[in-house]
Order: sequence, then structure tokens, then C-alpha cells
Amino acid sequence: MDSEQRPDSGALLVATQKEEARQHRGKLKIFFGMVAGVGKTYAMLESARQRLADGVNVVIGYVETHHRTESEGLIEGLTIIPRKKVEYRGITLEEMDIDAVLARHPQLVLVDELAHSNAPGSRHPKRYQDVLELLDAGIDVWTTINVQHLQSRADAVRQITGITIHETVPDSVFDTADEIELIDLAPEELLKRLEEGKVYLPDQADLAAKNFFRKGNLTALREMSLRLTAERVDHQLQDYMQVKQISGPWKSVERLMVAVSPSPLSERLVRWTRRMSYSLEADWIAVYVEPPNPLSPEAQARLSHNLSLARELGGEVLMTSDNDIVKAILRVARQRNVTQIVVGKPSRSLWQALLAGRSPVNRLIQNSGDIDVYVVTGDKTESAQRRSLPQPIIHSGIGEYLIALAVVCLVLLLGVALDPIIGYRTVAVALLFTVMLLAIFLGRGPVLFAGGLSALLWDFLFIPPHFTLLISTFEDVSLFAMYFVTALVTGILTGRFRLQEKAARRREANAEALYTLANETTQATTMDALLSTAINKIGHIFDAEVGIILAGPSGDLFREPYPASTLTVTEKELSVANWAFENGKPAGRFTNTLPTATAQYIPMLTPGGTVGVIGVHTRQPDRLAMDQEIFLQTFVSQIGLVIEHELLHKKAEQTAVLEESERLYATLFDSISHELKTPLATIAGATSGLLDDQINSNPAARQAMGENLQEATERLNRLVDNLLDMSRLESGQLKLNLEWCDVSDLINICLNRVEKPLAAHVVITDIAANLPLIRIDFVLMEQVLVNLLHNAAFYTPPGTHIRLQAKTDGTDLLLIVADRGPGLPPDSVNRVFDKFYRAPGAAAGGTGLGLSICRGLVTAHHGTLIAENRAHGGARFTIRLALAKEIPQAPQELRT
Amino acid sequence: MSAGQLALVIDDEPQIRRLLKITLETNDYRVYEAQTGQDGLSQFAVVRPDIIVLDLGLPDMDGIDVLKSIREWNKTPVIVLSVRNADTQKIAALDAGADDYLTKPFSVGELLARLRVAQRHTQPQSDSAVFQDGRLTVDLLRRQVLVEGQPVKLTHTEYALLKLLIQHAGQALTHRQILREVWGPQYVYETHYLRVYVAQLRQKLEANPTRPKLLLTEPGVGYRLVYDEP
Repeated sequence: MDSEQRPDSGALLVATQKEEARQHRGKLKIFFGMVAGVGKTYAMLESARQRLADGVNVVIGYVETHHRTESEGLIEGLTIIPRKKVEYRGITLEEMDIDAVLARHPQLVLVDELAHSNAPGSRHPKRYQDVLELLDAGIDVWTTINVQHLQSRADAVRQITGITIHETVPDSVFDTADEIELIDLAPEELLKRLEEGKVYLPDQADLAAKNFFRKGNLTALREMSLRLTAERVDHQLQDYMQVKQISGPWKSVERLMVAVSPSPLSERLVRWTRRMSYSLEADWIAVYVEPPNPLSPEAQARLSHNLSLARELGGEVLMTSDNDIVKAILRVARQRNVTQIVVGKPSRSLWQALLAGRSPVNRLIQNSGDIDVYVVTGDKTESAQRRSLPQPIIHSGIGEYLIALAVVCLVLLLGVALDPIIGYRTVAVALLFTVMLLAIFLGRGPVLFAGGLSALLWDFLFIPPHFTLLISTFEDVSLFAMYFVTALVTGILTGRFRLQEKAARRREANAEALYTLANETTQATTMDALLSTAINKIGHIFDAEVGIILAGPSGDLFREPYPASTLTVTEKELSVANWAFENGKPAGRFTNTLPTATAQYIPMLTPGGTVGVIGVHTRQPDRLAMDQEIFLQTFVSQIGLVIEHELLHKKAEQTAVLEESERLYATLFDSISHELKTPLATIAGATSGLLDDQINSNPAARQAMGENLQEATERLNRLVDNLLDMSRLESGQLKLNLEWCDVSDLINICLNRVEKPLAAHVVITDIAANLPLIRIDFVLMEQVLVNLLHNAAFYTPPGTHIRLQAKTDGTDLLLIVADRGPGLPPDSVNRVFDKFYRAPGAAAGGTGLGLSICRGLVTAHHGTLIAENRAHGGARFTIRLALAKEIPQAPQELRT
Repeated sequence: MSAGQLALVIDDEPQIRRLLKITLETNDYRVYEAQTGQDGLSQFAVVRPDIIVLDLGLPDMDGIDVLKSIREWNKTPVIVLSVRNADTQKIAALDAGADDYLTKPFSVGELLARLRVAQRHTQPQSDSAVFQDGRLTVDLLRRQVLVEGQPVKLTHTEYALLKLLIQHAGQALTHRQILREVWGPQYVYETHYLRVYVAQLRQKLEANPTRPKLLLTEPGVGYRLVYDEP
């Protein structure tokens, strides 16, 4: 088989996943046009009426007819969800009421103008986000959009028409549409409609709009929309072919990667890469290499913008950090099997090029091996902005300058004193040495300052002619030049070194914080401790108020944050948290959803679902830096994992307990029903016998029946006693009635009780003389001994010896029951204490509860009960009970 | 001796009542039955029974309270019925004036023996100050103790203990009752005194002190001096 013919399994999987995701999601249909006025809304309403006639539950979420009679006629008969009125700076704005739509849950909802921006204070800033939520809820959505509102086309549209489009929709939204219906209209026709006033134009846009609606523009936009639709049809065909295994020209798997920086140029690179990958049907990655020096807030914001753009356009965003940007890019590229790398063309001046040596792009090309490298240009206005990027420096305090000044002056004074002995050139070396030493402790500024100052002063004070800046010999000129350059380079290198060190320290601090979090959370033994630790840690590291809201057992969030939370969560904030929880995406402050909230709510996503939400309100008003934000998310997911682990652990414990009790329940019924039935059968038989005249008239038979009855009832009684003891032990209700007891008294009572069962055995009692009193629950210990003796009688052949021994080893009292029966199964000597355990081949009768109860009762006395086999056959059970340190004495008295 | 005696059985279980009725009637008692404590008390007032068998687990009120109400009237012998593991209940009943107790399930022989003992104690004591049972003879007037005809020396306390048990021969006495009578009210929790002195008494009185036949332990409750009626 030709390997080229084989469907690519990765692509197949993607296609299948798309198919599966579509099963649960609502279907999205986009009525797509080149420009306003082509009749998208009209077409949508017309189709909707058709659907309504077919019996589909269609409602209007938001449709703008601009009071055009044709469209308004179509709306009649369709249910309209009342719009939500939002007050904003004294103006009442109307938006789609997404909650009302979700609550009504129609089959199909019409939502006009996908690119619309919602009024501030709405749940989502953009209407397409509302639409995505509706789709997630399983509602089909029909919507309309013009080509210029597609993010990847915004650039092109601006270039063609000169108008910057602000309201854009990510291409990924467009790509997820199940159906695209292109509403096409010839430009001439459109212009005619425009003249007839059939096209609605917003008031403020008359002039701009008139410029926009030029035939040339319209033709270009039309081409763009037609091409886009055609491309999509092509893609759908290929998806279809892959799912259906239709052989076709399979493309090799391409993967693109674009290097993104804070530069505005990067935005262009990102769009370019997305277009490229779309036509190649390739995945693409946007990578940002974090430099050692921190970014300025403006650069940070631009970087965030560029990276979120990449994310919105469907790229995967990766961040890595390295001093060498080229190495980092190639490393990620190789790791991710990237076939093509996209980088920006450097717009550097000759001077910059000379200073920095070989450009990164050249090095990238040289080292890229079999990876293709695209070098894409940016335009001039943007690159001009780039140069204005502030250079990040570490500001040193005035103190460092003073230290530099003081040290330099001190060394100069020393130099003046020693000049006659060592010569002024040695002084230069000493000064240079000083500058280098300073470089270890001070920042770049003070070091440069020290270098410059010392060079000039050295010239002024030491180089002949003295007290002038003139230098007479060539030697001294070169020496001065070398000194100056060395000091300068030292200063620059120091600065770079310190920045790197600082970045490394920051990374280290992050890693350290994560490590301690992991450590402390795993050490937390209770959920309380775990959550408190998490709240403290996040609050401390991000200087924030933190609230953890967990999901309850019903699957909803609790109405209250966890008690240790430092963040106050109002009812309104709670709804933000709920949104984040239900949608599995961050919401609130600094996000695209409900950004007016006071805190950001990050869901704790785990493989098993969302375990809750962490709300973070940082005290500083600015958004967290990109790396800090990613760090926070790592933190949150780490906490989520620990919480899930804890929950699973609890669940597992509960399940184990449940399984155990179910098993016991089953065994109990098995064994109890047998144990109940046997004596009951005996009793039934004997009583019916006693009611029989024949037997009743025979005294011997009557006697036998009576004895039978007695035995059976005793057996039943023992069973009930055991069950009662067991339940008392299990419930923890067992209260020992401790009193001082005489061991021989105890043994006597036991022997009396088992007299009948032991009648066929030879019982040897061996009670040591002068045993001290022992503090036990007489009745319970009697129960233990009776059970052991009873077992000995039951499991050994008649006529064998049973030895009951009581002795002390000084600290403990030992009560031993030993028999000469078959002994215990060697491999399960200790299992005999398990509940319901019955040794294989054991004689019929018995519940397997007796020994388990014995051990329970002895343990309740803080004693031990062990079982073992005797050397010459038989089993031995030893009860060991601690003797009291002080045995109370009765008062002595004289004899009468 | 029980011919024509009136017995009142207070128990909510019909089967137990039936068993008791048959047993008692076979032994010439006339039996009255009550299902509840209230019913029992009103029948007690009307019937004036010679002996009462009282179950401690009644549906309407605590058996101990029934017992206390009876004791406010008179000393009619009361045998209480209890279950195993209810030692505190038994002790409470004995301390509240019950003459004896029986642990369910019980045998008919045991029941009748208890009834006999209880009734004997209510009858006017014979003036005979000599206790005689098997190998033991105690002359309470002369404070003389003979085992198989041989005099045995007892300490003051041993004798006091033995005397108390003889006075209640056949009846169970709680630790508390014995300690209070022999040592005094402040010693009612010193059960180890009892263990020591009972062991000493057994050494002196029993043929085989490890298998006593005379001075029996009532597990968790107290002691009983066995007395076979002459």
C-alpha cells in the first residue's frame, strides 16, 4: 500500500473530534456577505420563517431591521425575546438578553450582527462570545457577518479601503460554523439599492461610508468573500473525504510556528501565519521567547495582545525562556515537529547590525536544518514604533552612585600617596581592579559612572602633564583608551549579567513558590489545611485577596466562599464565579467575560471536571504580567489537582467502606440465616414431636425432645449474644464496666458456663497461685473466655485435652486456652480473627464472629489476643492483659 | 408451700406471659397477668399478690419505676426479668428493692427456685439462729462457724460478710449492698475489698476454692450464697 494514500491518523482524529463535538453543540450558521446591505438579515429571516413553518422552535434573540418594511414584515409571527436594557453613562442601550434565551432554550435562535460589541457591563464584551455560549448550551444559532469583520481580513480590508475596522470576530468562530451561506450581490446592484435608500447606513458614518461604498472597494470585498467561501467549501470537502476514507491527494503534515515578540510587527506575523496555515491546512504555534530582562508595562500589554490574537486565530500559544532567542525557537520547533518557522524581518540600521553582530535571523536560517524559515516584513510605521521601545534597565539608587564615588576617591587618594613608589600606570591597574570589584556589587549605572570618573581623574591627576586632561605620549593615549573601553565594557557586562541574574532569580522564585505550594499542599492532611494554605500562598505571592469557592456534591458551586477566604464575594461576584465554573474559562476582571467584576475568577479544571473556582483580586490596579498570569493559572490548576486528589481519596474511602459493609452484609446474611435456620429447624421438629401423642406418651422420647430443644435454644442464644456484642463493638458504644476482679473467680464462672459443651473433653485448669486482682470488665472477659473454650470444644475431637491456664510474667496477666485438635490452617492463622472467616473445611455451625468479637473485646481492654499452633499439634489462644502498677489492698485486720 | 398463692406477672410479651402462667399454675399459683406497668400497678392494688414477676422492659414505663411504686406500698417479693448485658439495670433493680432477678432466657427450675427463696424471706424468720447447709454450719448467736464439723476461724469482716450472705441466703446481693452493710456507706465503690474477702472466705469454707459451690459470683452484679432448702 502506498503510504501517501493512507489517511493521516492525526487529521482523521481531528475530523472525528470535530464531528463528535458537533453532536452536542448547537449548530452555527452564518449568513455571510461582503458588506452591509446585501440582504443577509433578510435572507436569514426568510429561512427562519421556512423553519418555523417546518415546526422548528425559532426565536429572535436580536435582529436589527433598521425599520425596513421588507424585513419587518418577515419578523411578524416569530417570537422575539425582549432585549435587555443596559444603562451606560445615561444612555439606554439594548442588547440581546442571553439569560432569557438560555432559559427559554429554543431549538434555533437568530442573532444578527455577529461582530457587534456589547454595552459595557454586559456579560461578554463581544456578541460572538454570547453566541458561543448559546452554542455550548446546545442551541442552534443563525447569525450574520460581513467579510471585513473577520479578524484575518481586517488588515487586507484596511489596505484596500483605508478604513480601520474595530469590530472583529476571530476566524476560529467563523471556522467552527457548520454552514456558511454567502449572500452575494453584484456591486452595481448594491449601489443601486444604496441610491434608492434601501441600505441602512449609520448616521455618523455618511462620508466614510460613501467612501467605503465605491465600486472598486465593493469588487475587492466581493472577491474576498467569494474566495473565503470557496476555500471553506474546499476544506469541508477534505474533512468529509477524510472521515469517509475517500482517497485523495493527502497533504503532508505541515506545522507552522511564528515567533512572537511585544513588537506591533508581530501582529502582522501572526495574521500572516494564520492565513498560511489555513491554506496549508496546517496547525500552527505562536511561540514567545521570554528574554532575561523584564518587559516594560507597555511592551507587556502589546505582547499580551499579540499572544491573545494568536490564540483567537486558532494558534497554540507557547512560552519558553532562554537567553538565546534562536536556540529557544529551534528547540521548541524540533520538540513540536515544526516544519516551517515564520519570523519578522529585522529593520535594523547598519549601526545596530554592526554592534550586535550576526543577526538572529541569519543564525536561525543557518541552524534551522530541514525546517523552512519565512522571513516576513513589517511596514515602516510599525517598525518606527518598535525603535521607540524603552530599553529595560534596572534603576540603581543614588546610594550606589555615592558608594561608587567614595570608593573611587579613596583609591585615588591611595594612588596619590603611592604614586611615587609604584608609578601611575600601576595606579591605573589598581583603579581598573576597583571598578571591576564595584561591578560585582553595584548596578550598571554606578559602574559606568565609576569607570568614566576614574578614567578622567586618572588622566587629570596622574598622566603627565599633571592636572590637565592632556596626554603627551602615545603609550599613555592607548593606555587611557584601553582603560576607558575596559571600564565601559565591564559596566555593560555587569548590567546584562545582573538582568540575567534577576530573571533567573524570578524564575527560581516562581519554581520555588510552586514547589513549596506542592509541598505544603501535599502535607496538608485535611481539606481545611489545604485550602487555607492555598489561600495564603496565592495571597502572599500575588499580593491579592483570594477566595476559593468549591463545587458542592450536587455539582453546583457553593453559595459561599470557603471560610478562610480573604476575598469578599458578593452575590453579583458569585454569578461571575458561576459563569467561570460552568464554562470552564476565567471570567471577571482582566478577562473577556464580565470584566467589570472586582476579582478574576479562575476555574480549577482537572481531568475529572471543575472542582471549583478561585477568585483573585490583586491589589495593584494593573493586569498581571504575562508570565505572572500564566504562573497564577499553573498555581490554580495545581491546587485544583490537589483538591481533586483529596476528593477522590475521600470518595475512594467511602466506596471502600461501602463495599466492605456490603460484603459484610452479604456474609452476615449467609452465615446468620444458616445459623438461625439450624436451631429453628431443631426447635420446630422437637415441638411438633412434643405435640405428637405417640412421642408425648413416651417419657424417654419426651426427654430427648426437651434436651434437643434446650440445646437449640442455647445455640440461638449464643448467636444473639454474639450479634449483640458485635454490634456494640462495631458501633463504638461498648463501655467497659471496669472493676477489680479475681482471676480464679472469672475462670470458675466460665467453666460453669461451658460445662455442658466441654463435657466430652478433658479440661485441665492451671491457675497460678496468688494471682493479683485485675481490673477488667468481668462480664465481657467472661464472654471472651467462654467463646475460646467453646471453640476449643467445638473444633476438637471428643476426649482430647483442653488446657486453661492463668499466669503472670510480672507485667502482664496471661490467659491461655490450648487444645490438641487439628490446629489452625497454617497460612491463615491470623485470619481466624477476621469477621465471618471460617477456616476451610471447618465443622458446620458457627458464624465466624466469635473470635473476631474476642479480639475486639480484648483490644477494648488494651490487651492482645493472639492465635498460634502448638508445637505438638493443636491451637493456642493467648490473652495478654497488662497488670495494674498498683494492686489495691483490702484493709488488714485481726482475727476474731 | 405455694398452694393457692397469688402471682402477678407483669410482662408485655404474650409468649413469656403464657410460659410463666403455665409454669406457675402447674406449681399451684393463681396467676394474674398485666401487659403494662400501669395495668400491673392497678392489678397489684386490687389483687394484692403474694409474689410479682416483673419484666424490666415495659412499653409504657420503666420497670424500675414500677418496682419503686410497689415498694412504696409494701415488701411483696418481686423477681425481675432482664436481658443479658443489662447488668446496670439488674443492679438498679436489686438496689431498688427487687428480691432477685432472672436473665432471659431462663429455665423453669431457676424461676421456681428464685420464687421460693424470695417468698421464704418474706415469711416470719424462724427463730433458729443456726444456719445449716451441706458442709457449713453457722451459729449466729455464738458466732461459731463449722465446716464439716470442724471450727473455722474467721476475721471480723469475714464473719460480717458471711452473716450478711446467710441472712439473704439464696438471694443475689449487689456489690453495693454488701459493701454498704459490711464496710459502711463510704466504701460502696471498693469492690476489690469484696474480691479479697470473698476469696478468703472461699479458701476457708469451700472444698475446692477454685470451683466454689457455696459462695457464688453473679457476674457483673454481686454474690449469692447458695442455699438448698431443708
